Amino acid sequence: MTETVISTKKLTKRFGDFVAVDEITFDVQKGEIFGFLGANGAGKTTAMRMLCGLSIPSSGEATVAGFDVFREPEEIKKNIGYMSQRFSLYDDLSVMENIEFYAGIYGLSDKEIAEKSKELIDKLGLQKEAKKLVASLPLGWKQKLSFSVAIVHQPKIVFLDEPTGGVDPSMRRQFWDLIYDAAEKGITIFVTTHYLDEAEYCNRVSIMVDGRIDALDSPSNLRKKFGVDTMDEVFYKLARKAKRSAD
Amino acid sequence: MDAITLTNISKTYNKGSVLAVDDISFNVAKGEVFGLIGPDGAGKSTIFRLLTTLLIADKGSATVAGHDVVKDFQTIRKLVGYMPGRFSLYGDLSVEENLNFFATVFNTRLEENYDLIKDIYVQLEPFKTRRAGKLSGGMKQKLALCCALIHKPEVLFLDEPTTGVDVVSRKEFWEMLSRLKKVGITILVSTSYMDEATRCDRIGLILSGKLLSINTPEATVKAYPEKLYGVKADKMYALLNDLRAYQGTLSCYTFGEHLHLSFKSSEQEVMSYMQSKKHLNIEMKPITPTVEDCFIRLLNNQNDRNSN
Repeated sequence: MTETVISTKKLTKRFGDFVAVDEITFDVQKGEIFGFLGANGAGKTTAMRMLCGLSIPSSGEATVAGFDVFREPEEIKKNIGYMSQRFSLYDDLSVMENIEFYAGIYGLSDKEIAEKSKELIDKLGLQKEAKKLVASLPLGWKQKLSFSVAIVHQPKIVFLDEPTGGVDPSMRRQFWDLIYDAAEKGITIFVTTHYLDEAEYCNRVSIMVDGRIDALDSPSNLRKKFGVDTMDEVFYKLARKAKRSAD
Repeated sequence: MDAITLTNISKTYNKGSVLAVDDISFNVAKGEVFGLIGPDGAGKSTIFRLLTTLLIADKGSATVAGHDVVKDFQTIRKLVGYMPGRFSLYGDLSVEENLNFFATVFNTRLEENYDLIKDIYVQLEPFKTRRAGKLSGGMKQKLALCCALIHKPEVLFLDEPTTGVDVVSRKEFWEMLSRLKKVGITILVSTSYMDEATRCDRIGLILSGKLLSINTPEATVKAYPEKLYGVKADKMYALLNDLRAYQGTLSCYTFGEHLHLSFKSSEQEVMSYMQSKKHLNIEMKPITPTVEDCFIRLLNNQNDRNSN
């Protein structure tokens, strides 16, 4: 049986006269890898902030992990994981300290924290680096650690905001192995990316243009619908119509 | 005359404990677009800083526009434009103030070389009173390029200019670079987007401070030693895991809607193996490698060496 973990109806966010997110309606199912695409400035970050309980919508409806974004944003925060490209880990803490810190924030017990830390370090093969400062890790490793930390409390959904930006092709694929692994375990993945080959790894993708969702389907259906061979071309066809300049 | 030359350049950090650039030599011809392709931590940014005279190499020598990077650093600084990897304009100044500031530093005015930046500037103009820190990623990048071009440099250094930028803006950005090339500006650019590599005249693949190959994108791809196949079936993740476990597999990784696979057994054997694992709607066809395939191969070889 499918279970809906994100559901939005005409979700809208206005900043004064500017409609950043314009009546978006979509559902995401449990265990799904959902790609949330759009050009810079299309409204992705604003939409994601509303879904994470960080920004109150102007109108419309949305539930995330069964909680209402208007009334229960604090419950949402406890039931999701979030990883952004810009800030995710503390550079001045060691690998181990970062894991312990986040696990503690998410309310895991000391015993669980000890188990989880060891499990994570082993899984990522970071035994030698456990006591090193995060600042000394290569970007790809930081991103893998950061993802693992974002799901340390077994959230229902994890939001990933451009998790692989600037990461090398081999490391990007290792990162996606972690995503697949988490999805197999029933964690729903909500991910944005500018690498359109990665859009192919999603079960379904939506493409935002000027605050609206202009396309939503599986990658293969989208390619068929637009009569093109790659997601790159699908995206290009939609995004170049954008009236809004990249802001 | 070459616009950039590096001869046996090495650079270490932390009192010699971290080798960032390891005995690198290459030349970039005048008017050429040369791409440095490599992962985070490969040494790309260090090379940019050495050439823009912000760092001094431990060993070796380098020239930019015919000038020595150590002796003639002041001359070089007037002749080059540099867009660092991290946004380095003044976030609290407006678009216009940033442009005027950089123009003043280089003793010029916006109007002086307006032809060069016109195409980019018209896109920025509607936002000219906005603070640079409040611009979107794509716009910040355009402003940074404008500032780097304001004094009509001979050589342009662009360190990962398109990271975090969407496909449409990236295409526009590379179209701008083609126009700059036409007026004779030499460009050294680094990127983590492999599709951009094909837009360079030549590319250098760099890993752990070493240059592993320098060639045109076409020749880089031609040099791929194995036969590569694109494979797909209904259950892609299961297929990936099965093919990775297969003893005849040399390498297998995701690549958009396909898996890219190379193997040492016969085509027939691989096909039977996939069928024995009950995969449905299997498609397998030989494909031409891309620069990304070449790069992944180099990375994997390197990782194998490290773990042995």
